[in-house]
Amino acid sequence: MTVSAPSIRLDRAGVAFDGRALFADLDLDIEAGRWTCLLGPSGVGKSTLLRLVAGLVPGSRAGGVAAGDGGPVAARVAFMAQQDLLLPWLDARDNVLLGARLRGQPPDHGRAEALLAELGLAAAARQRPAALSGGMRQRVALARTLMEDRPIVLMDEPFAAVDAVTRLRLQTLAAERLAGRTVLLVTHDPLEALRLGHRVFVMTGRPARLSAPILPPGTPLRAVDDPGVLALQGELLRRLAEDGA
Amino acid sequence: MYRGLITAAGLVAVWEAAARLLELPPYILPPPSAVAVALWVRADLLAHHALITATEIVLGLLCGVVLGVGTALLVVRSSIARRWLLPVVIASQAVPVFALAPLLVLWFGYGLASKIVMAALVIYFPVAASFFDGLRTTPAGWMELARTMGAREGAILRHLRIPAALPALAQGLRIAAAVAPIGAVIGEWVGSGAGLGFLMLHANGRMQIDLLFAALVVLAAMAIALYYGLDALLRRLVPWQPQTLGSPR
Repeated sequence: MTVSAPSIRLDRAGVAFDGRALFADLDLDIEAGRWTCLLGPSGVGKSTLLRLVAGLVPGSRAGGVAAGDGGPVAARVAFMAQQDLLLPWLDARDNVLLGARLRGQPPDHGRAEALLAELGLAAAARQRPAALSGGMRQRVALARTLMEDRPIVLMDEPFAAVDAVTRLRLQTLAAERLAGRTVLLVTHDPLEALRLGHRVFVMTGRPARLSAPILPPGTPLRAVDDPGVLALQGELLRRLAEDGA
Repeated sequence: MYRGLITAAGLVAVWEAAARLLELPPYILPPPSAVAVALWVRADLLAHHALITATEIVLGLLCGVVLGVGTALLVVRSSIARRWLLPVVIASQAVPVFALAPLLVLWFGYGLASKIVMAALVIYFPVAASFFDGLRTTPAGWMELARTMGAREGAILRHLRIPAALPALAQGLRIAAAVAPIGAVIGEWVGSGAGLGFLMLHANGRMQIDLLFAALVVLAAMAIALYYGLDALLRRLVPWQPQTLGSPR
């Protein structure tokens, strides 16, 4: 990878729905080339925060979101959601090439096939999503994200819809392939945040607040049975449970 | 499918038995056997008129689909059309199209044209409405993904919204295939010199009820063939749509 990944700064960012603030005056530093994980219960606004960074929140002019190098943010983003968002009428390879197709660029079939092969999907390249398992579909979505080759990667609970073993595999793949990029990962799974994150923030309350950054010991990708990870997981689960009470 | 055929055969048997046992005169209710004879003996006549009706249906379908698809695309792309045209299109559905049939015959004559216009008018709205509905309900996740990929609206329409709307359009086309024959035959009833509708009216006036039923059988067979033929074609062309009518399992 040759792109240089910028840091992103949210300065007093806020989003309100129906006059009620989901979050307001929120500050967040997303470090360049590292994984930042946003952990919180469902509905707290973490997906909205991620979509704000992606420039997808209607009405907002991405106010309060800036890249550390002064460049644009939304134009340098690759987005991966909980649903694979594969188009059912395209095969896996053409789904990976969706960005080029939408921008009217010539498709690089060779690179798409190579990416699919690296993710163990060589045989599935010409199959439509309906013929693939949930884990395979999410790997195709990961290949599509990698194909975009953007310095900033935003992921909204990308592995929440697959089984536990597949999730661990996908986490490993993502950690390897996205190393060196600025990644913002939204999740409600403390273990996932602790495995993958250089820094973890807990988002709770309404209007939502962010915790001080939590720095898990060691470097990602951490083992699931790492004692430090397990101890922190217990503490994070307690924090989330307290907020829900 | 087989169960449907068995039920139909049972009903035909009941009809045959009733017509024979009650000794109904053939100009009231001819037995199915008499209808079958009429089908065989008057095959040339029936084929001649069936071809005309089929032509009206197919051309009416083509015109109605082109107009309906065009309207949906226009209304989706242009907010001016959405505000100025859409309310009129919707309100126009309050006018019973069949009541316009005499007027259409007056304007377009006794020939094919008035029937094609009639069939096209009948199917225009279901096609336009279903396609428009499909176009404006593209899943939000797909739209967001496309926006993060830096796609322009035209490309999103072409590569995302139109293919995503094809299953909805296919539903509209199925409805169109079911009602297009009605449009054509109503047109023939009101004023024509040929076609199955004309033949039925003519046979009715001359008490040739067996011929009337024979024409009805041919018309029904054509409508069923059109529906299932189109359904099979749509399944092949749009394989990502959900299962629909016509698949018993």
